[in-house]
Amino acid sequence: MKNIIEFKDVSKYFGSLKVLDGLNLEVGAGEKLALIGPSGSGKTTILRILMTLETIESGLITVEGKPLWHEKVNETLVPASEAHLQKMRQIIGMVFQQFNLFPHLTALSNIEQPQILVRKVTKEEAREKAANLMDLVGLEDKKDHYPHQLSGGQQQRVAIARALAMDPKIMLFDEVTSALDPELVDEVLSVLKKIATTTDTTMLTVTHEMNFAREFADRILFFDKGQIVEQGLPEGIFTNPKEPRTRGFLKKYITGLT
Amino acid sequence: MEWDWNVVASVTPSLLNGLIVTVQATIVGAVLAYVLGLVIAILKMSGNKAVAFITYWSSEFIRRTPLLVQLYFLFYVLPDFGIFLSPFVAGVIGLGLHFSTYTSEVYRAGIENVPKGQWEAARSLNYSAYHTWRFVILPQAIPPMFPPLANYLITMFKETPLLSAITVVELFNAANIYSNSHYKYLEPMTLVGLFFLLVSIPAAMIALKIENKYKPLN
Ligand SMILES: Nc1ncnc2c1ncn2[C@@H]1O[C@H](COP(=O)(O)OP(=O)(O)O)[C@@H](O)[C@H]1O
Ligand SMILES: [Mg+2]
Repeated sequence: MKNIIEFKDVSKYFGSLKVLDGLNLEVGAGEKLALIGPSGSGKTTILRILMTLETIESGLITVEGKPLWHEKVNETLVPASEAHLQKMRQIIGMVFQQFNLFPHLTALSNIEQPQILVRKVTKEEAREKAANLMDLVGLEDKKDHYPHQLSGGQQQRVAIARALAMDPKIMLFDEVTSALDPELVDEVLSVLKKIATTTDTTMLTVTHEMNFAREFADRILFFDKGQIVEQGLPEGIFTNPKEPRTRGFLKKYITGLT
Repeated sequence: MEWDWNVVASVTPSLLNGLIVTVQATIVGAVLAYVLGLVIAILKMSGNKAVAFITYWSSEFIRRTPLLVQLYFLFYVLPDFGIFLSPFVAGVIGLGLHFSTYTSEVYRAGIENVPKGQWEAARSLNYSAYHTWRFVILPQAIPPMFPPLANYLITMFKETPLLSAITVVELFNAANIYSNSHYKYLEPMTLVGLFFLLVSIPAAMIALKIENKYKPLN
C-alpha cells in the first residue's frame, strides 16, 4: 500500500507549549485510522495541520508525495505559498465537532455552493450531486431546511455531505459526535461507517466512541502528550494494550479491561 | 401662562423649515457616518500596524470628546487655517465624523461576531479570500449591523440641535430665534418637542421592525 500521508519528525508549538513532539506517522491510501487519547494530547492539532488550519514549526509532512507545508523553489524547501496550500487542500476535507454549516444557506445550498465556487461545476451538476449526497446521509426530505431547523445529528450529516461533495481523497473527522445528544450519535456514526465501507477515501477520525473505532478502523493510534504511544489493529489495542498509559486510558471506556 | 394658538400659527412655518434642515442634516450626516465608519473599520483592521494604530487613536479621540467641541472646531477654528465651511457643511461633517467612530464599531463587531468556525469551514472547503468574504462572512455579518445602524440614525437626529451652536437654523434654532425675538417660549419649544416626537416615534418603530427582522439565526 502506497502512503498518502507522511509525517516526518513533525513538531508543533503553541507559544512555548510543545503540542506535537517529533511525530512520525505514515498513512496508507484508503486506510481508516482512529485517533484516540486523552484530551489535550494533540489529536485535533494533527487534523488541523493536515487541513492547513495550523502551521508546523519543524519536520516535514507530505500528502500524495508532495510537501504540504513547504514547496520546492530551486530545489530547496521553502514555506508553502497560499497558492500551494490551495492546491493541496483539494485533496483534503474536514468535518468539525461544531458542524460549522453556513447558517444563512439551506442544507442543499451548503453542499452546492462550495462545488460551484471552488470546483467550478455547473449549477445543475452541483444540485444533482448535493441531492444524491443528501440521500446518502438519509436527509432527502430536509433539503430546503436551514441549519437551525435541523437537529445536531442532522446538521452533522449535512456537514459530512458537504465535505464529501468536494471529492477529497482524505477525510478528517474531529470528534464529530461529541457535540451531539447521545441519542443522535448513532445516526452520524453509521454514515461514517457507510463511507468507510463504500469508498476508498482515506479517513482519519478522532473519536471517543471506542465501539465505533473498533468497528470502523483498520488501525488505532493512541496519543498522549503529542506522541503516538501505541498503535495497531483494533483487536490488539482494545483487548490487550501493551502500554500502561493505553491501558489506563481505555479502562474508562472498556469494561472488563484491567 | 396661557397657551396661545396665534403663536403656534405664526411660528409653525419657520419650524417646518427648520425640521427640513434637521432631516437633511441627519440624512447627510448619517450617510457620511456610515461610509466613514466603514473606512475606519477597514483601516483599523489593516495589516499595516502604523495605519491601524493611528486610526484607532484618532477615532478614540473623536469618540471621547464632545460633538459640540468638534463643531466649534470645524466652524470657528478651521477658518484660522484658511478653511471656511458653511454652517450646514461644518455641521454634517461634524455629525458624520463623530458618529462614524460609533458605526465603525458596529462594522467591526458584526464581522468579529461571525464565529471562527465559519472561517475555518470556508478554508477547509478551499474558498478563496474573496469567496470567503463574499459568500460566508458578509452575509452573516451584515444583517445584525442594521439594527444598531438604524439606532444611530435616531440618535443623530436627536443630536442635531447642537448644530444651532454653529448657527445652523435647524428645528431647535428656528424655535429659539422666534422665542428670543418674541419672548414666547412655551409654544415654540413645545412644538419642537412634538416635532421631534412625530419623527422619532415612527422611526423607533421602524427600527424595532428592523431589529426583529434581522434577529440572528440559531
Ligand atoms: N490555538 C491554540 N492556542 C494555544 N494552545 C492550543 C491551541 N489549540 C490547542 N492548544 C493546546 O494544544 C494542546 C493539544 O490540543 P488538541 O490538539 O486540541 O488536543 P486534543 O484534540 O487531543 O484534545 C492542548 O494543550 C491545547 O490546550
Ligand atoms: Mg480535540
